[in-house]
Amino acid sequence: MYRYTEFDTAFLAERNRQFRAQVERRISGALTEDEFKPLRLMNGLYLQLHAYMLRVAIPYGTLNGAQMDRLALLAEKWDKGYGHFTTRQNIQYNWPKLSDVPDMLDALAEVGLHAIQTSGNTIRNVTADHFAGAAADEIADPRPVAELLRQWSTDHPEFQFLPRKFKIAVTGSPNDRAVIKAHDIGIQIVQRDGRIGYRILVGGGLGRTPMIGKELAEFVPLPDLLPYVEATVSVWNLLGRRDNKYKARIKITVHEHGIDEIRDLVETRFAETKAAFNGADLELFDEIAAQFLPPAFRNAPAEAYDRAYESDPVFRAWADTNLSAHKAPGYAIAQISLKPHGQTPGDASAAQMRVMADIARRFGHDELRISHEQNVVLPHVHKSDLPQVHAILKAHGLGTANIGKISDIIACPGMDYCALATARSIPIAQEIATRFDALKIEHEIGDLKIKISGCINACGHHHVGHIGILGLDRAGVENYQITLGGDATETAALGERTGPGFPADEIVPAIERIVEAYLEHRESREESFLQAYRRLGMAPFKTALYGAETGKKAKAA
Amino acid sequence: MSILVTDAGFGPDDWTRGFDGAAALELAPETDPATLEIAPEVEMIRIHFPSFADGRGFTLARLLRLRGYKGRLRAEGHVISDQYAMARRAGFDEVEISDDLAARQPEEDWRFRSNWQQHDYQSRLRG
Ligand code: HEM
Ligand code: SF4
Repeated sequence: MYRYTEFDTAFLAERNRQFRAQVERRISGALTEDEFKPLRLMNGLYLQLHAYMLRVAIPYGTLNGAQMDRLALLAEKWDKGYGHFTTRQNIQYNWPKLSDVPDMLDALAEVGLHAIQTSGNTIRNVTADHFAGAAADEIADPRPVAELLRQWSTDHPEFQFLPRKFKIAVTGSPNDRAVIKAHDIGIQIVQRDGRIGYRILVGGGLGRTPMIGKELAEFVPLPDLLPYVEATVSVWNLLGRRDNKYKARIKITVHEHGIDEIRDLVETRFAETKAAFNGADLELFDEIAAQFLPPAFRNAPAEAYDRAYESDPVFRAWADTNLSAHKAPGYAIAQISLKPHGQTPGDASAAQMRVMADIARRFGHDELRISHEQNVVLPHVHKSDLPQVHAILKAHGLGTANIGKISDIIACPGMDYCALATARSIPIAQEIATRFDALKIEHEIGDLKIKISGCINACGHHHVGHIGILGLDRAGVENYQITLGGDATETAALGERTGPGFPADEIVPAIERIVEAYLEHRESREESFLQAYRRLGMAPFKTALYGAETGKKAKAA
Repeated sequence: MSILVTDAGFGPDDWTRGFDGAAALELAPETDPATLEIAPEVEMIRIHFPSFADGRGFTLARLLRLRGYKGRLRAEGHVISDQYAMARRAGFDEVEISDDLAARQPEEDWRFRSNWQQHDYQSRLRG
């Protein structure tokens, strides 16, 4: 894992000193709220429905036990005893006081954490595959590149007042778990003739005008990576629209100018930005990469795992859903679900955070990850330790066996916390999870991703949910629109609307009818919901939702 | 009247040759970099910031420096003290602000960031 250099530590201390002064100047009136706003935003501080909200970055989703312990401390000392893990590999505290925030930031800095550029019109916290460094299908660990990008984008003098926010995601595997096609820039590590390079996508995004990213460059070698990304952001900084914030994201710039024109502009600019790099970035990359070497995996028998798997059905269910293939023999990637049925997706109490930190130290090479699906990952656990790990998790309400299943729902904060919300989203997620848990068909249904947003900004990724739910406000009444067929992986697709939306008390039965239609029409248990939808199209689901007449029309159309 | 901010703090504007002649050039934020050519007699370029939230001037400044411009480079308009380090790092020599702004953000706020050469990730990445 990356350890802060003296430079990083000094940078962060200085940055926190500056922000402390900015807070004081805001309180004294030297800064207007207008002027303070972008400054607090570039330090992760939002003004929300009830209070300030502090968004702390978990760079590329990686943290160690001490850092997780510190997140727990913040939750206890300055919040209401819990934190909320988000789809952007951040943790949010919903109740801090403005005057406490400088102290919170200092406490984070002691363990190498910060809230820099987690909001505002800047390059945001760089996200990465949450299985980085562990996945069996990986070409290379994406985190060294993500850390290089973090350092490059931090306090970048040109890019602190961009037309809009700018999000970068990196994957090191052809199986995309980082949703790179829905980011302003998506980077995929590829291999050509034995050489590592980077495929660059641009112009993806969700929000009110969702778009799938387009290929900007097929293969950029490492020495060109920073100047190439810099050229892209530089072109957009001048070209992006500043007259209308809904048209400011790079996806609109790419859409309006066309990918070919953007590529020409970027290549021309690249000739200039490249000249400003002299190789120091490559030396730094090597130093960074050396810190992401795999831990010393142990070679041990896994009989304890086999025994528990045979004899304990609860453990077996958890192992079947929450484990993924690890690249080292005898190891597994274990996901800790933050989606117990009926609870707020992504919430963890301070006590639970400490339990996870402790498990990571004892059984997981002191590593934890936060996934964009709002769960926590133990990337390196030896299989023989899994029964013990599971027992501890279970004792602390962390043993839910539902990863990738219908109750593993992504939900944005919605009306419960968010000032922009047009509807609730957390309670809908809770009701769906509770309902399917009661029906006892979750495992029968198999892989199904539901994603819920409380307004068109799409923080809950509903466009790329197999089933997406968007909460709107229709004349003062909540109304939920459904989309089907969205996909957040390498085969990314935007969901299609089924038709008219449903009021709050009809949305859960509507989801149930969709699921029943799937169970009825699927060819076998092996055909997932998404596969079935791609084969069948919308018609049977329309029929299930709106009756036979509407369904027939959908078929004819 | 306006005030000129440099690393030394506040001072009067010492550029006396105006902005109409061949020695000086004024650039709007929407300047297209493709058409941006600097005649050799230009000694002063002033880039206008209509709002502190409009960061185009930082990229224009950087491009001018990348293209070899060595003369004076000034940011003028709604620039706030918290942006001083960014302006210097992007290639500006100085910032020109109004009396109003200077009254609200006094000299010590600006000097707070006169250490802009320290703690700079870019200089690490570029050797
Ligand atoms: C709680 C208060 C929040 C506010 C006020 C807020 C605001 C916004 C806005 C205005 C957009 C639309 C941006 C655009 O289209 O240009 C957006 C998009 C987005 N936000 Fe949030 N958000 C909040 C919480 C969250 C949370 C909790 C997450 C999860 C980490 C999140 C992640 C995202 C994502 C993934 C998108 C869509 C992707 C894209 O940028 O295109 N937001 N948010
Ligand atoms: S999608 Fe809308 S309601 Fe949900 S968090 Fe984002 S802005 Fe708020």
